[in-house]
Amino acid sequence: MIRFQAAINGATVDWEVEPHEFLTEVLRRHGLIGTKRGCESGHCGACAVLIDGREVNSCILLAAQASGHEIITVEGVKGEAGRPHPIQEAFVDSGAVQCGFCTPGMVIGTKALLDENSAPSVNDAQKMLAGHLCRCTGYVKCVDAVLDSANRLKAKEGKAQ
Amino acid sequence: MTVEKDEKWDTGQDSMEEYDRFKVVNRSPRRVDALKLSQGRGTFTDDQLLPGTLHVKMLWSPHAHARIVAIDTSEAEKMPGVACILHHGNVTRIPHTTAGQGYPEPSPYDTFVFDDRVRYVGDRVCAVAAETAVQAERAVQAIRVDYEVLEPVFDPVAALKEGAVVLHPEADASGIADASRNLASHIAAEVGDVSEAFGRSDLVLERQYSVHYHQQCPIEPHIAITHLDEDDRLVVRVATQVPFHSRRILAQVIEIPISRIRVIKPRIGGGFGVKQEVLVEDIPALVTLRTKRPCRWSYTRSEELISARTRHPQILRMKMGVKKDGTILATEMRVVANTGAYGAHALTVQSCTGGKALPLYRAENYLFEAEVAYTNLPNAGAFRGYGGPQGFFAMESMMDEVAEEIGMDAVKFREMNVLRPGDENPLSVALGEGREGFPQIIRSCGMQECIDKGKEAIGWERRGTFDNSGSKKRGMAMVCLMHGSGIPGIDMASAFLKLNDDGSFNLLVGATDIGTGSDTILSQIAAEELKVSLDDIVIYSSDTDLTPFDTGAYASSTTYISGMSVKKAAAGTVAQLIAAAAKMWETEEEGLFAKEKAIHHPDGRQLSYGDICRSTFYNDNQHQIMDHASHLSYECPPPFSAHFCELEVDVHTGGVKLLKYVAAVDCGVPIHPNACEGQTEGGASISMGWALSEEFLFDKGGAIQNADFGGYKMFSAMDMPDFETILVPTYEPTGPFGAKSVSEIPTDGPAPVIANAIYNAIGIRFRDLPITPEKIWRAWRNKSV
Repeated sequence: MIRFQAAINGATVDWEVEPHEFLTEVLRRHGLIGTKRGCESGHCGACAVLIDGREVNSCILLAAQASGHEIITVEGVKGEAGRPHPIQEAFVDSGAVQCGFCTPGMVIGTKALLDENSAPSVNDAQKMLAGHLCRCTGYVKCVDAVLDSANRLKAKEGKAQ
Repeated sequence: MTVEKDEKWDTGQDSMEEYDRFKVVNRSPRRVDALKLSQGRGTFTDDQLLPGTLHVKMLWSPHAHARIVAIDTSEAEKMPGVACILHHGNVTRIPHTTAGQGYPEPSPYDTFVFDDRVRYVGDRVCAVAAETAVQAERAVQAIRVDYEVLEPVFDPVAALKEGAVVLHPEADASGIADASRNLASHIAAEVGDVSEAFGRSDLVLERQYSVHYHQQCPIEPHIAITHLDEDDRLVVRVATQVPFHSRRILAQVIEIPISRIRVIKPRIGGGFGVKQEVLVEDIPALVTLRTKRPCRWSYTRSEELISARTRHPQILRMKMGVKKDGTILATEMRVVANTGAYGAHALTVQSCTGGKALPLYRAENYLFEAEVAYTNLPNAGAFRGYGGPQGFFAMESMMDEVAEEIGMDAVKFREMNVLRPGDENPLSVALGEGREGFPQIIRSCGMQECIDKGKEAIGWERRGTFDNSGSKKRGMAMVCLMHGSGIPGIDMASAFLKLNDDGSFNLLVGATDIGTGSDTILSQIAAEELKVSLDDIVIYSSDTDLTPFDTGAYASSTTYISGMSVKKAAAGTVAQLIAAAAKMWETEEEGLFAKEKAIHHPDGRQLSYGDICRSTFYNDNQHQIMDHASHLSYECPPPFSAHFCELEVDVHTGGVKLLKYVAAVDCGVPIHPNACEGQTEGGASISMGWALSEEFLFDKGGAIQNADFGGYKMFSAMDMPDFETILVPTYEPTGPFGAKSVSEIPTDGPAPVIANAIYNAIGIRFRDLPITPEKIWRAWRNKSV
């Protein structure tokens, strides 16, 4: 067993993990079920989390490698005052959620993208989504959701100023 | 059985007025489940694990065809954590089908939990359940198996020939058309006399097409978790499209009564037909019965690709006879299909290949024949579209080829021959679901409007004007499509509604939302009929202990069939509300009506649903206001659609870039237009991958070489064209609020429209899928030489 210490969704955790365990397994074992197992080979993006702000497929990252870092899972993507995050609202209102299995990963990807680039183009959105396989939507409404997320965040910023 | 055209024929045009009065349907509210899913709170099968759960790993066959001489599990049994080992030596042999269809299933009983014979690379050999998945995997590696390797057969045509090695010699299989020649199923249907019609045709064109394997790829792989409840009943949480078929087939194969099984469908991460298969329930169920412990079995992605189900590969020989003026006299389609090692859906998928594609164009003379062969390759089964994508690839490629031969515009040729409202589907009787079908008259049909709107959206007038002098060459094409809505006379759904104190309703349905949005759509239908808002409906789907029967989420049936059962139950509930209100007012029921969550009296008085419920719960005339209803339809109204595609072929690389795609679809009244668009976009993207990039690569021994998402190339967001969906509403009088279906028809279009557009771009006709860059590059090089 290896000691695993990290800040997950703002809370410090101190867990024991097996040396061979990937981060997805460890997160899910501790109840963070929004991180999904889709391929366990780093292709589909259903397991995406943010590590120090960067989007990472947690299914091919050994948990031990994530120790000491700041991790955000979909459960940590929240709006103000207990409300859903604007990205989540945008995915819902765009109709980008069908079975919803890949959605948490896409929400994480969108957050990572918008943290870097607050005004993404269609191509930027498609590039980010290319790391998230979805069999339900054909990605059309997912692209809409990413662009709508950017608009919502911008509008919110405008209001705050 | 005949339908009286004059009496019953109703195109529903009068009902279009009602269209403007809808309050909840034909709107796109937030899906009832979307927010929790976007927050990662939706509970899928794997998201609840009981303490002490055992984990299963399977030893899969490394051989395409072999007899198991001996299995030695002695080392594995001693491994740490191992709790249970299952194989053909210790599991009862029950012939069954894994196809989750109505009973009796029209698929052969040629499958066993374990057999002493393996029939493809990836067939089951031996299962181990252990404390952890890692321990189970280690134990699997310690199992020693002696195989007598048998000759495999991979080519379906060769498999059907006399003298070919026989895959299913076992005496206890049943329902196989002719096991001695590997013929799983056979279909032959003729309407009119095609030979006579070919004889008087000005042109008879014959062409052969072929289509390849395609895997459904739900992002959530197959998974089942079982446990015994406090009454020792077996509880099965499973990613399924068919909870009731799952319960029935599981009871059959593990030999316990249906009453001892409860199947729970939690959130499902996509199905696309592959979860219409009862595939992973049996092993954890047997482990739980033997060990009394919870047990989980989940496929890995590579297991999903190799050992789940796929779209049937087919060779399609087409023959069409036409007059010079473009009148089609006869259409013939002869199919040889490959079902792989087992015959799940062998008969019915192939039946739909002819049944969906052939009748789209009026011909008076039709012939359809299909031979479905066993081979030592992965299993085919149900896949969204269910034979339609194969049939339409051949049919709609053929339409372009014939139009060119007779020098006619391909759109005009289609418009001239396509089915119209009032036409009878000529093949619906001949090609039923494994038995004679029911006559079908087209009541609602927006085909012409789909063509017109699609042409406008894509800029059809630009076709033929592209500057193709460089290496990147543009092309444009279109196809027409039709599908079905449920299986007529077979698919049955039911719903249960009850009123709560605050005027809200619980809606319990057997219909199975697998990501399709049916929980939302059925709630909308209930709310519309009950005259309440969507928030007043609390829907639950589906659990064999709690919800009434529904055949399941397949055959584009949920909106049309399950939706009507909900509408009926809601209408019955409103009648009870009116009766209760009349009693409270001590007045006649006549004249009372429901509006805005209340029963209204013509004199202006009203009683809210909450008032009525509280009164009937606690004060007077005490009873529970509730109703249930079932629905079965002998009609199967086809949705119609036209797909248009503009693309660019780079003849230097063979690459195809899809530029613009337009799907115009008549799905009746769209209950949730945004969801209908989503179904169309998603369904089309699946078949775009099939046409261009998804392919199983086999080695000489029949093993798939690219069983992961790196090697098996689904379409990603970067591959998608600029996509436009156009909903063309019609009012289907037999559907709930005018609805038909929408989920499968978009899968039918991409392969033929892409092939036709590539032909338009570079003048090379590709009749074999997938159309890979390598094939294009080679063909262009050969053409240029």
